[in-house]
Amino acid sequence: MKRIYVKEEYCIACTLCEIHCLVQHSRSRDIIRAFKRETPRPIPRAIVERDGPNSLSLQCRHCAEPLCVYSCLTGAMHRDEQTGIILVDPERCIGCWTCIMACPYGVIRRGMYKGHPVAVKCDLCPDREIPACVDNCPNGALTFAEEAPHG
Amino acid sequence: MADYVIIGNSAGGIGAAEAIRQVDREGRLTIISDEPYPAYSRPAISEVLARERALDRILYRPKDFYQRLGIQAILGTRAERIDFSAREVYLADGRRVHWDRLLLATGGTPFVPPMEGKDLLGVYTFTRLDDALALDQRLRPGSHVVVIGGGLIGMSVSDALVKRGCRVTIVELMDRILGTMLDPEGSALAEAAARRAGVEVITGHTVQRIHDDGNGNACGVTLDDGREFACRAVVVAIGVRPRIDLVADSPINVGRGILVNARMETNVPGVYACGDVAEAYDIIAGTTRVVPIWPAAYLGGRVAGLNMAGWPAEYPGHFPMNSLKYFGLKIISGGIQVADGDGYEELRHGDDQSYRKVILKDGRIVGATFVGNIDRAGIILGLMREQLDVSSLKEKLVREDFGLIHMPAEWRRQRLYGEYPTLKTPGLVLDRQAAVRSEVA
Repeated sequence: MKRIYVKEEYCIACTLCEIHCLVQHSRSRDIIRAFKRETPRPIPRAIVERDGPNSLSLQCRHCAEPLCVYSCLTGAMHRDEQTGIILVDPERCIGCWTCIMACPYGVIRRGMYKGHPVAVKCDLCPDREIPACVDNCPNGALTFAEEAPHG
Repeated sequence: MADYVIIGNSAGGIGAAEAIRQVDREGRLTIISDEPYPAYSRPAISEVLARERALDRILYRPKDFYQRLGIQAILGTRAERIDFSAREVYLADGRRVHWDRLLLATGGTPFVPPMEGKDLLGVYTFTRLDDALALDQRLRPGSHVVVIGGGLIGMSVSDALVKRGCRVTIVELMDRILGTMLDPEGSALAEAAARRAGVEVITGHTVQRIHDDGNGNACGVTLDDGREFACRAVVVAIGVRPRIDLVADSPINVGRGILVNARMETNVPGVYACGDVAEAYDIIAGTTRVVPIWPAAYLGGRVAGLNMAGWPAEYPGHFPMNSLKYFGLKIISGGIQVADGDGYEELRHGDDQSYRKVILKDGRIVGATFVGNIDRAGIILGLMREQLDVSSLKEKLVREDFGLIHMPAEWRRQRLYGEYPTLKTPGLVLDRQAAVRSEVA
């Protein structure tokens, strides 16, 4: 299964991955509308971490042994058996944040759905060939590949 | 072809069933439960009581789950007795079920102390859907309910009762609520949140007697200091004990719970246990302990299931961890909450409404508390799970921006380019795109 891999040395902490992720997961898919008009404002599922000059863009790893799925109290967090992607069913999520407690990557965010809090996370952009964060990374720091980059 | 039998239809039992079916599509797989419902989210019974969700919206797995996985589900029938030499489970309806591999995932039983009036109508525990449904029927608009116990279950039922418009009094014997999963500061914030929601919180006391209205109905309580309250219902939420009645006078070794090794196997070959009934390895305690939390039940069940189906897997251990969302407060905590003794170091960041705290011992994280801001708490709990030496990260651990970028490059590389070491399953390669297939590496 293809996953998103980051090459830290190319990441410039521009946060365009977060911005394009947010737009991709908005209703309008328009950057201005997504930021200014949508309530609640859509949440980026990519996270840029910084430490001095170092930075990286982080997304769900879609773990082979996913602690979020194993810990989920309701079964809302699940693996799509066709694609292997870990997804949240917002109808079944009760916003208990047990997944936030369980995920060792810290890539599950708190969002809203039909007025109640739900977990939101990277879905690898099912409508796109290449996820929005990867596609819009200006410096080639993100790749979408079967294997981790070498070197 | 093996006969797999699982007693218990909650997190542990389902974890085992899913693991078995990942590696064995052929064996006969039976799940037995005395509850008549398909697996449901036990913690979500409070949502049912609050009338925010009905049963069909708290089901733990899709409707076709048992059929799709080829599971014979015997629901609503109690397993009465186990014959460990003939390898048979005796059911309440007279049937017998043979097993080659047996999983005991019977969970816990609420503890109700000897107390006058405990058997009256209107006195409930709160661990099963039927408890929530019965309590729901009892409530009238504005009913006063006394909740005995200010732990996780007491808080969850109180939160739901408030949403139903009830008046709630929590009576907690310890000097603070949530005393086993929070530090005093966190308990005080949780208590303040409960009070803001209109809950009366009485600590340092307990209920001595439940009053009978003359018709066998609970109508009030007397506390140990003589105070009296009228009420329509009483919920006993003091704690849960391993449900070990099935293995009483059996060859199975039992401590507080059923003792299991790293394969989640008991001392009787072919018999496994997991979840709230089991006493498995606790990473922080460094010994076996009952860790009655949903995530540990599923993970233990998964390890048991893989081993039952012949795939070696090792339980990495767990420790108590909880996420609370009651009365508008967000709390995540894990492990030790109060550093009691020498050699502990406490790191804290925050203010009086919101904070992050980490307790270290010998460079390892042994406890963590997140109140208010819980985002990315799992990163810290992951380091705790792995018992990595974080001495060099001390300055950064409780910062709100702490992340993988602050970790040594080697740890980060394994996390980002490899797999997180959730479980040791030598030889087993799980193909993400074929969750029910496996192969030898």
